[in-house]
Amino acid sequence: MMTIQEKQAEIVADFAIYDDWMEKYEYIIELGKDLPLIDPAKKTSDRLIEGCQSQVWLDAAIVGDKIRFTADSDAIITKGIIGLLIRVFDNETPENIAKSDVHFIQEIGLQEHLSPTRSNGLASMVKKIKLLALSALS
Amino acid sequence: MGNLEKRKFSVREIRQDFPALRQQVYGKNLIYFDNGATSQKPQFVLDAINQYYSKDNANIHRGVHHLSQKATTEFEAARTTIQHYLNAAKKEEIIFTKGTTDGINLVASSFGELLSAGDEIIISAMEHHSNIVPWQLLCERKKTLLKVIPINQKGELDMLAYEALLSPKTKLVAVTHISNTLGTINPIDEIIQKAHHFGAKVLIDGAQSIQHTRIDVQELNCDFFVFSGHKVFGPTGIGVLYGKEALLNEMPPYQGGGDMIAKVTFEKTTYNELPFKFEAGTPHIAGGICLGKALAYFHQFDLKEIEKYERDLAEYAQDLLSTFEEVTIIGTAKEKTSVVSFHVNGIHPFDIGTLLDKQGIAVRTGHHCTQPLMDFYKIPGTIRASFAFYNTKEEIDTFIAAVDKSIMMLK
Repeated sequence: MMTIQEKQAEIVADFAIYDDWMEKYEYIIELGKDLPLIDPAKKTSDRLIEGCQSQVWLDAAIVGDKIRFTADSDAIITKGIIGLLIRVFDNETPENIAKSDVHFIQEIGLQEHLSPTRSNGLASMVKKIKLLALSALS
Repeated sequence: MGNLEKRKFSVREIRQDFPALRQQVYGKNLIYFDNGATSQKPQFVLDAINQYYSKDNANIHRGVHHLSQKATTEFEAARTTIQHYLNAAKKEEIIFTKGTTDGINLVASSFGELLSAGDEIIISAMEHHSNIVPWQLLCERKKTLLKVIPINQKGELDMLAYEALLSPKTKLVAVTHISNTLGTINPIDEIIQKAHHFGAKVLIDGAQSIQHTRIDVQELNCDFFVFSGHKVFGPTGIGVLYGKEALLNEMPPYQGGGDMIAKVTFEKTTYNELPFKFEAGTPHIAGGICLGKALAYFHQFDLKEIEKYERDLAEYAQDLLSTFEEVTIIGTAKEKTSVVSFHVNGIHPFDIGTLLDKQGIAVRTGHHCTQPLMDFYKIPGTIRASFAFYNTKEEIDTFIAAVDKSIMMLK
């Protein structure tokens, strides 16, 4: 099983084959379309991370010693990036999530989506994933 | 008006004046269609900013030294330029603010002090949050009531409903001249006239009109007119509140501090005269001077010609966008400025905006600080292309091709 570090390295390698921005986004859009649908019953306000532009729903469940994440967004590009975050954090232990450092977003040049001014809920999503891991630890 | 000679309108020549337009983003030539958010700055204004900070920088109104007097003269000359630009009766009626939002807050706070419980304020359903929230705060403070003029599906004010809202209880009508989201040009002449019939004052939010159309505050007979410098090719952080002199005199000061006082003792302070009564503290001196320069620059051109050019651009864009089956134009008022807001059915505006950005095109997506309006149209937001006189039909062609490509990718 891959570590969080290895998963991030794999994503960076996946993106390295695209040298054009539109190709990168085409890939992100595909990831967004492939993201498993969240159970509509779980799209509740307590799972909603409201952004100024797009919204994110995040659900976390503890299964054994791991956290399972499912998430959704009303914007497909946001959903694609969610897909990447889930690929990194899903099915990991709270310890691993809490001590991890998210660097792949910067490395593939998508940092604008995580800047607080972008207000698409993604920056808050990463924060919430970490907080969920920390609260599972305590 | 700043002694600039009249110039014939030529988009090719104008583009040379704006260095920001000559750059690439993501390897593509920048196409700047976010003029409703802010305008780019001509070299003439950039030079004035540089000149001020490199040669003329000093605090104003108090210093006896050469530089201070020079800066004061320039700052006050800018006030006169703005007075002439708006055709205000007196330069004392021109108050420097931080921008439109600041101007509205000043009026809400200070004119608001003259209101009592049960008095009514009328706004419209297409207002920017900055022309909603200050009035809500006032209503909480003074127990005044907020009434909202509804709009129709096209995005035009329901003028019959407006008339029905007016009564002797109405103390202020605060409406936007041009909607930032829809581009609708509101019939402000009629709005002002009808409000005055009931003795109500009128504030016009000119944030979206100052850069597109001629403003004559005396002809309009509005009581307040507010705008931001950065939307009319000037710096950010500076704006103007025009108010009728008698009304401004009646209003208490907004903020306390230096410059706004006549005499201060611990027992009693007397206030300075207009306009300084409303300008506490060191103002944005460079901003004020350079806003004067921006208006002088803009005044070189025949505004009627520019208005027509910009409307042609918007019509051209709107006609091409309408050929897309999935596109709905939001805001189809008969009287419209150079703003085209649209929604692509089944696709989130954020996705289109992100892909347009990567193709070098700057548009605005989202609710444009008009959430109640988005609720009315039942959409999360729109994609807004807002044009200025330096934009071209060739840029619109590239934009349309980019929209097409984005829709194909997202479908």
